[in-house]
Amino acid sequence: MKIKLIFLFLLSFIANSLFAQTQDNPFYSNGKIYVVVTVISIIFTGIIIYLIQIDRRLRKTEKELKDKN
Amino acid sequence: MIYSNWWKYVGAAFVLYSIIGGLLFVNPNNLLFLDETVRNLNFHVPMWFAMIALLFISVINSIRYLKTFDIKYDIIASKCAAVGVLFGLMGLATGSVWARFSWGDWWTADAKLNGAAIGELLYLAYLILRNSIEEPSKKARLSSVYSIFAFPIFIVFAWIYPKMVTNSMHPGSGDTVGFNKYPLNNNLRMTFYPAVIGWVCMGWWMTTLLIRNEFLILNKSKNKTPD
Repeated sequence: MKIKLIFLFLLSFIANSLFAQTQDNPFYSNGKIYVVVTVISIIFTGIIIYLIQIDRRLRKTEKELKDKN
Repeated sequence: MIYSNWWKYVGAAFVLYSIIGGLLFVNPNNLLFLDETVRNLNFHVPMWFAMIALLFISVINSIRYLKTFDIKYDIIASKCAAVGVLFGLMGLATGSVWARFSWGDWWTADAKLNGAAIGELLYLAYLILRNSIEEPSKKARLSSVYSIFAFPIFIVFAWIYPKMVTNSMHPGSGDTVGFNKYPLNNNLRMTFYPAVIGWVCMGWWMTTLLIRNEFLILNKSKNKTPD
């Protein structure tokens, strides 16, 4: 839950810069490389969240098995 | 290290940092003939570091299996090799794309490329050998012995032999110097080392998920009440 909240906070921060169309917005500078950085970071964060969820599911089953014995 | 968590977050943070920094920190005036593709150093090379780290853990656990005949070491060894092979395939694929646009071809008859491919096949053979034996203890014993031979041969083919040849286009082998000798500023180092640590942690994380799943299956079959 905590991780999801942190992710949501970061996402809102990124979204805030994405929608602000001012001249000094970094997302419009340097050939828009920051857009690519954001896209790859979102994909990687998604994969990490997926790994964390598999991890938690495994942990749950491990605990169940431990309690049963 | 299988059940603890902290290093997972360290690894994920390092890789995320290397993605952001790897794309942004490079000084465009210092890119040499590689141009913008020099950034690939942060992504292509850590694949091989992760692979070698996993294969090293694999061979250590193969030796531990032969010492104790405890099946859990064989599970660790085999899953490390499986994820190691995956990272190797990623290394070959990313290297192939990089080669196409730096050297002009998807694959060149280079000692480094062929050596890495032979090393990859060695470990594919390990996985196939395992799958072809039905009896668990025989499977574990044979593949552990194979693994002890495969690891040094892999290191020789993928690492030592490419350094010994006279001509190679791959950095760090033959007559081509490694990235550490390039006249680059330290911006690459700042992201490269965290990327290596990060991807090794990621590889181990992916492996532990498979290992824990196998351990659960093992426990389930052990605790089955005879009826």
